[in-house]
Amino acid sequence: MSTTLMEKPSPAANWPAWFTALQEAAFAEYENTPTPTRKVEAWRFANIKALDLSPFVDAAPVASEGRLINASTGLAETSAKLVLGNNALLHREGTALPKGVILEPLESAATNHTDLFKKYFMAKPVELGSRKYAAFHKARVAGGAFLYVPPNTTLTLPIEIFQWVEGENASVFPHTLIVCGENSQVTVIDYFKSADKLPALACGVNDLHLDSGAKLTYVAVQDWSRETTAFHLNSTTVESNATCTALITNFGGGYVRGECLSRLIGEGARSEMFSINPVEGTREIDQRTLQDHVAPRATSDLLYLNALDDKSRTIFAGLIKVEPGAAGTDAYQKVKNLILSDDADPNSMPGLEILNDEVRCSHGATNGPVSADELFYMTARGIPKDTACRLIVNGFFNSLLERLENTTLRAHLMQLLEQRSR
Amino acid sequence: MDTKLNLNIDRSVGDFHYDVDYEFDAGTGLSEKTIDYICDVKKDPDWIREFRKDALRKFNSMPMPTHWASPDLENIVFENIRYYLSQGTMPKRSWDDVPEDVKRTFERLGIPEQERKFLAGVEAQFDSEAAYSNIKAAVGDQGVIFVGSTEGLQKHPEIFKKWFGKVIPTGDNKFSALNSAVFSGGSFIYIPPGVKVKHPLQAYFRINAENFGQFERTLIIADEGSEVMYMEGCTAPKFETSTLHSAVVELVALKGAKIQYITVQNWSANVFNLVTKRGIAHEEAEIKWIDCNIGSRLTMKYPGVVMKGRKARGEVISIALAGDGQHQDTGAKMIHAADETTSNIVSKSISIGKGRSTYRGLVQVGRHLKGCKNNTECDALLINTDSRTDTYPAITVRGKENACQHEASVSKISAEQIFYMQQRGISKAAAMSLAVNGFVNDLVQQFPMEYSVELKRLIDLEMEGSVG
Repeated sequence: MSTTLMEKPSPAANWPAWFTALQEAAFAEYENTPTPTRKVEAWRFANIKALDLSPFVDAAPVASEGRLINASTGLAETSAKLVLGNNALLHREGTALPKGVILEPLESAATNHTDLFKKYFMAKPVELGSRKYAAFHKARVAGGAFLYVPPNTTLTLPIEIFQWVEGENASVFPHTLIVCGENSQVTVIDYFKSADKLPALACGVNDLHLDSGAKLTYVAVQDWSRETTAFHLNSTTVESNATCTALITNFGGGYVRGECLSRLIGEGARSEMFSINPVEGTREIDQRTLQDHVAPRATSDLLYLNALDDKSRTIFAGLIKVEPGAAGTDAYQKVKNLILSDDADPNSMPGLEILNDEVRCSHGATNGPVSADELFYMTARGIPKDTACRLIVNGFFNSLLERLENTTLRAHLMQLLEQRSR
Repeated sequence: MDTKLNLNIDRSVGDFHYDVDYEFDAGTGLSEKTIDYICDVKKDPDWIREFRKDALRKFNSMPMPTHWASPDLENIVFENIRYYLSQGTMPKRSWDDVPEDVKRTFERLGIPEQERKFLAGVEAQFDSEAAYSNIKAAVGDQGVIFVGSTEGLQKHPEIFKKWFGKVIPTGDNKFSALNSAVFSGGSFIYIPPGVKVKHPLQAYFRINAENFGQFERTLIIADEGSEVMYMEGCTAPKFETSTLHSAVVELVALKGAKIQYITVQNWSANVFNLVTKRGIAHEEAEIKWIDCNIGSRLTMKYPGVVMKGRKARGEVISIALAGDGQHQDTGAKMIHAADETTSNIVSKSISIGKGRSTYRGLVQVGRHLKGCKNNTECDALLINTDSRTDTYPAITVRGKENACQHEASVSKISAEQIFYMQQRGISKAAAMSLAVNGFVNDLVQQFPMEYSVELKRLIDLEMEGSVG
């Protein structure tokens, strides 16, 4: 059962045959693509040692199904909920979705909605360095979630997806594919959780596609065990006048490589890319982003907040690319590092490539400690220094949460942050 | 506003060429033989010969840095380049002794006149070697040494050997290895403790020959509490084939010393300008690079300061102007290696036509340091629709008692500004020129008077072609 991941996987029963053929090709691509080195710009500063995947094995079916389902609690009210564990669907809630909405594991979507699936499943190449790991994901993906919201459909309550890993050195391949039809609206919260404190591998993809006028809020609550090696590869496509707000929170994971690529391909498209990263111990969060402005008069706004304690590391490498035709672009990119320890290691590479003169474009990177004045103010009022520090860090993250429109969601995330920091 | 404007920069001043008879010519191509030839002509000591050969091996083994740099580098054909051309290795002390065919070049560039007016010393390099080198008697009497690298090596080996290659190791990058293999010319400067040189020392680098590679090597040591300002200017005629300029400049500012290094680079548009510049600032010392890149086909230059002593300071002020077909890939490196060190980077670039300007930066603060600060500002101005600008900073600031901030912005000339000026009867061309000068004005102010006037003239953009 527990075979190493370095061997060619045996075809899974649930996938249609045409897909297993793609998986075989993907595994060959994985094997033929060299492991990255630090000399490659996309892996500059990265901890290459973390890329040794040889200890990890195929995940067995989950043993504590009931416990995981019970622990899959998020917002009080949702329009639907999926719980997946070790690459298989465990549970679903909410069947009365509006007409035409599809919410299914990938295998059944590939069988029942083949055209839609083929059109959007990993349709865009992974360009930010992890091509090898995207191929690895494709070769082994199972379970996952496919959400399709038809045109002019609004889901007022969020959809929640829980993706669990269980077992020592188990490997999971979470996949969330969201397709929003014209003028549709939806909010999705994607939770990544570990059943135990054991080492594990997560190699996930989350692709978002927004047709014209669609509005999507996507929140990833990454809460893997501190021993987990994780890849989260994202590709977002935004058509004209659509608005995508994506927030990635990295609460867990020992080594996390995140790649977020947002393509603004329609006029008036808007992409907000946010990230909250409280890191401590020896955790490393390596994030690469691209805001690719293809269409004119689109807006992108990136804000990544890192708070680094102990010997933790962060890498932020972002690029705003304004293509020759993208006149009237409005693009912003900012990374802020709050340094809580002398041994923390923040690396920032905020980049710009501008090929059109009619743009408003700026980026910034700041590094600094907790403000001594703020700390003094609070300790003078009898708040212990530790508590004061925690409040300041949470306040730092809260400034970003306030950018979310949905106040219930905002409060829920703040609560998760507070629970975590205690 | 219509942006189909064509701005031309006056590069005519340096674009002329005289035929010169060279006494020494290493031929084209690069091998151990070329190095032996250079060593024999320059009567290099054995350790330098070995140093050069070791550098050649490193150069040959290192790949082109095209995994991050412009693929245009692949167009350099090292076999077609002439690595050494001179009329003799010892520079003249008087312009009267400089051979006529070389002297007329520098006269046309106005060097002797500037020397009389405001310089403390001048070195004029023509292809591989300095043709003229002199400092004012009053400055020489203070113990200031200002000679070419060959002369520095021969006459002051004890100082030279101590610092040479220590700031920039041979294998730092492929082009520093190339320079280490075939270096010739450049300045060797030593300022004794406490001496403050009032007027600038100037070097002028001229490429005259076609298919030529200029590899000057400059080493400046400012001893404790001393101060010096060094200026370099560069020009070359425009040839059909490409020319390579690959210098290495090492600065050492000992305790409390101040070095200002000013460059106005106006190479013609066939020159690959690939330069490594770095300084080490000891306790309370200050190194300031003021860098202006106007010419060349491709410039790659990232002046750096390693702040090794407490309270050391590094600064890079950079102006880059990328005309049609040019790529100015410039930036700065700041390495904080001691407490309370501060650095500042201000970079402004202008891209015209299909010109491309790139800022690449590196800021590093080591762990367990206290009170380090860095400030970086990059502003880019795009003149035409197809102009391009890139920014690639890399910032690693460790330690919770340090702070850094980086900001960059991209803009174009505001239509309102131009409209406002045109309303007052200023032509569109003049208005554009004023706007560009206004964009860089605060940096131009940091140059010495004589240079800022020259700079303004260079950036005095002439508009050609129609509007509309």
